[in-house]
Amino acid sequence: MDKPKVAIFDFACCEGCQLQIVNLEETILDLIGAVDVVEWREAMSEKSHEYDIAIIEGSITRPEDEKRLEIIRSRAKVLIAIGACATIGGINKLKNNFDLKDVKKCVYADSADKPHVDTEMTKALDEVVEVDYKIHGCPMNNEEFAYVVRCLLMGKKPVIPDYPVCVECKAKENVCRYEYGELCLGPIIRAGCGAKCPSAGYRCFGCRGYVDNPNVDAAKEIMDKYDLTVEDLKSRMVLFGSKQGPTI
Amino acid sequence: MSNVNINVHHMTRVEGHGNIVVNASDGTVEKVQWQVPEAPRFFEAMVRGRKFDDIQTIVSRICGICSISHSLVAIKAVEDALSIDISEQTDMLRLLMHYSEQLQSHVLHVGYLVAPDLFNAPSVVPLVGKAPEAVKTIIGVHRVANQMSELLAGRITHPITLVPGGFSKVPSEKELRQLQDTLKAQVKPLQTICDVVASVAGNLPNFERDTEYVSLKQDKTYTFYHGDIASTEGTVKPVSEWESVANEYVVDQSTAKWAKWNRETYMVGALARYNNNAEYLSPLGKEVAGMFGLKKGCCNPFMNNIAQLAEAAHVVEHSIELIDKILSKGIEDERPNISPKPGRGYAAVEAPRGILFHAYEFDENFECTWGNMCIPTNQNHANIQKDFEKFVPENLESGEDNLRQGLEMLVRAYDPCISCSTHFLDVEFVR
Repeated sequence: MDKPKVAIFDFACCEGCQLQIVNLEETILDLIGAVDVVEWREAMSEKSHEYDIAIIEGSITRPEDEKRLEIIRSRAKVLIAIGACATIGGINKLKNNFDLKDVKKCVYADSADKPHVDTEMTKALDEVVEVDYKIHGCPMNNEEFAYVVRCLLMGKKPVIPDYPVCVECKAKENVCRYEYGELCLGPIIRAGCGAKCPSAGYRCFGCRGYVDNPNVDAAKEIMDKYDLTVEDLKSRMVLFGSKQGPTI
Repeated sequence: MSNVNINVHHMTRVEGHGNIVVNASDGTVEKVQWQVPEAPRFFEAMVRGRKFDDIQTIVSRICGICSISHSLVAIKAVEDALSIDISEQTDMLRLLMHYSEQLQSHVLHVGYLVAPDLFNAPSVVPLVGKAPEAVKTIIGVHRVANQMSELLAGRITHPITLVPGGFSKVPSEKELRQLQDTLKAQVKPLQTICDVVASVAGNLPNFERDTEYVSLKQDKTYTFYHGDIASTEGTVKPVSEWESVANEYVVDQSTAKWAKWNRETYMVGALARYNNNAEYLSPLGKEVAGMFGLKKGCCNPFMNNIAQLAEAAHVVEHSIELIDKILSKGIEDERPNISPKPGRGYAAVEAPRGILFHAYEFDENFECTWGNMCIPTNQNHANIQKDFEKFVPENLESGEDNLRQGLEMLVRAYDPCISCSTHFLDVEFVR
């Protein structure tokens, strides 16, 4: 069997998720040996219009980028969204909380109306095209990335966690962030990060997005215990969840 | 006479999107342009209304490669705005964290992105077959730099532990000792990397253009973190006046803003730091600079990559010393205890690719009302354009492919971080 052809693309983002691929260090040599990387602008000069798997970082903020994404989709058999910008719109969606004219004026002042600095409402990839797999997080977890790629190579369907961060946080025996008086998003956010932020002494700020079916009763219980409401919890879901469809 | 038509659309092996356009007919250059078509992301608009302790989390996402620098400068500006003091331990641990990013970023840039040009390869991938030991050495040092970031920042990209007033978690004495041992073991691999680069350094173009170099400057220190803003023109300004140094303006060929200070353009980055502070490099850093004949006053932008290698050696040596200093005072699990006051604040740090400025203002609820950021690559764009304008006529007869390669190498030498500024690289040759 021929090695699958893989292309990596980016849209509006910090390119931190592509860096996570580089940060696989020695592991990346094994992965590169198992696939044929045909395009990856950040790391290599080669380019190609033929690929089986498209791996995409970044969110969509302009009509021309939407068109480019549609072309990539039409060429790829499998499309994988990596990182919060691509999976849920990420930090870039904070912009959607303001009037776009005001946003442009704030940054470009008198040049705000020039066409080359134009912008539209920020979208996640699945708001434009069909996405086959999502690797969540800001940045994405590179071990999860390697796992998904390995699954695809073996013809298996990867399993992405659909339980809250609290599960992993408890397993690490961390003291709950609520005990420190912080409003942590762990009860409603998708796990898979290994509760990295609470383990480093910081609240979860929701970069992996909501779990598919948050246990609202359990979330309410926690909020009651600390004299808070579910609304308080949702109000914190702004850094990475602005304008994301509320599921609770 | 040669006709040249270059159109590089989205330059490769750089962070972000940039285009190069060159048109020449009958030996006359008609158009030379460095363009930045990156999608703008509007961070200055997005921070408005956010609480002071969310700022570093948001702006770290300006750049995945220098996320520690963005978090550090944001924390410094927030603390300046809100009159928050920090302990000596916090200051030293932050500097150590900053060094981890310098090492990681420099090794990544020289090893993965620039070396393929010197070996005449399209990427690092074919080099794995040609020079496996060298590539493994580069990967090894890069991994250690990442482990250092993970220990101090909580993870490799987008720090978790940096909070206004201090740290959410500090490393243990044992962890710092282990890090120190690991760093000591990196001196030899770093020398190997320098030897490999030296073997192909003859492929660095011999090109010079006198320009202004801007970096932080601090008394008798090769500074990355403290000090004033200094220029090789002899001008010095306090960090609180950075907006009058950068003097940002908008041009039609770029979504990223451009900057100028005393001259028409200026350069920031490792070469700028070297030209302002060379005498304070560590012994190993000086040895590396000497290996490549790098001297203070160098105005060959391609030598920026050599200055990065010298700095990689310097930060390893200084990190080893700094860990001794931190441990001699005893590491304590300090929790930030702050009483902020509303106001406006300014800060600068040296990101791996040059001086980085942030500023914020907060109201009585400690919500951000205004933010301004100027990243290194924005400050370099105009200087790249001026380099192009000298480089193209000098190399017009070398042929289209060589000229294109030279221009791409020139942009890469700056280690541009276009997604910070928004993105930048496409080359377009028009016939």
